[in-house]
Amino acid sequence: MNWQPSADLHALRARARLNQQIRQFFAQRNVLEVETPVLAAAPVSDPNIEPMCTTEQRWLHTSPEYAMKRLLCAGSGDIFQIARVFRRGEAGRRHNPEFSMLEWYRVGFDHRRLMDEVAELVTRLLSARYPQLPRLNLSYDEAMKGYAGLDVHSASDEQIAVLGQQLAGQDLQLSRDGWLDVIMSHQVEPSLPADTLVFIDGFPASQAALAKVAANAEGIPVAQRFELYFNGAELANGYHELTDVDEQRRRFTREADGRPVDEYLLAALEYGLPECAGVAMGLDRLLMIIQNTGNIADVLSFDWLRA
Amino acid sequence: MFDGEPCSILDNDYVKPGKGQAFNRVKLRNLRNGRVVEKTFKSGDSLEGADVMELDMEYLYNDGEFWHFMATDGSFEQHAASQEALGDTVKWLKEQEIYTITLFNGAVLTVAPPNFVELEVVETDPGLKGDTAQGGNKPATLTTGAVVKVPLFINIGDKLRIDTRSGDYVSRA
Repeated sequence: MNWQPSADLHALRARARLNQQIRQFFAQRNVLEVETPVLAAAPVSDPNIEPMCTTEQRWLHTSPEYAMKRLLCAGSGDIFQIARVFRRGEAGRRHNPEFSMLEWYRVGFDHRRLMDEVAELVTRLLSARYPQLPRLNLSYDEAMKGYAGLDVHSASDEQIAVLGQQLAGQDLQLSRDGWLDVIMSHQVEPSLPADTLVFIDGFPASQAALAKVAANAEGIPVAQRFELYFNGAELANGYHELTDVDEQRRRFTREADGRPVDEYLLAALEYGLPECAGVAMGLDRLLMIIQNTGNIADVLSFDWLRA
Repeated sequence: MFDGEPCSILDNDYVKPGKGQAFNRVKLRNLRNGRVVEKTFKSGDSLEGADVMELDMEYLYNDGEFWHFMATDGSFEQHAASQEALGDTVKWLKEQEIYTITLFNGAVLTVAPPNFVELEVVETDPGLKGDTAQGGNKPATLTTGAVVKVPLFINIGDKLRIDTRSGDYVSRA
């Protein structure tokens, strides 16, 4: 019976210091720290995230997004939260089913302005290990073209599937977006430049989740959503937040797949969500970079196998 | 089981792109031929378990087509291995020696030799006197037909201890 922690004392101290620095960063900017329920009546709608359900018929939150948006609708102004979140089945070298997430919302920001703030925070948090941190901004199209040789908009479903199958080693019977996910995770992410903050935005409209969709420079509708990658790992995902309640209800209904829809959130959006941008960041991943480890267990007091 | 072949999983990592679908990247070793392949699966997909078991068995005899082995657990259970299943182990095959047999659906999949076997030299150049402490070596053919490099002082009829993992001479037995 291995009762001992999976992280060493050095890693525990690094986590405490990280949380302090984050709180300091937001205190300087008058962003309010909030707490929201971990157990909610409705789960996340995202079909690619599987929530855990308790015997009380409550769902463990997979991110504090819905409740924080209700606070924004109620007039909270800028808010942040450091939360423990839960996702069924997400276990691996860079995943733990229970993990720490920093989520924050900035009223009046769009996703691009929020990207600047994300870069500022991450640069500060990683400064001890990386005094200089170059930044690269790419659109989804540029990333796919540059690192996978794929023109996303002109490529047919079949061309995408063929490339995806080469990378996966077999036919997984995926949708267009599913194969794009294979290409992104197997080919693009590992090829991104090292020791660089790489922001990718302008995801396909079909991968918008809770982000606004707007036309890009070529007039093609894309999601106003960004991801931050660092050395092949995804650190953060942000949106220029969708405020249109009818569009939100349509996306929820399309994705719900039998899960209850969060009527509280829809009622709040009906009342009105201020124009804002929000982002979720994986703190354990940041700690892995700070601690220079490829294994998430090294930064968790007790990883999933000994929790 | 993958593509109808029994495999062992060497590595399994979970990957999930942003808001996208989750995958598992799995390294599989084909138990029949030892080849390693990397395949991606949708997370939550399952593979049929392979009905594989390992048994310690004693080598009995070759009937011209199959090599016959008998369980050492007192059951006297016998299995016959094909040339394909036997593979390179044929070089280290000796009666009454114990081998690890992997059975798949009741048939012999692979035969693994013990780490060390003792075999007799049937052919080598004559030993050189006074060379016992010198370096240098020469080829020697063993009873199984295997050819190993041995020190110059080894003679026909000597029994040698061989490391089957490297095929190297270890000592005189």
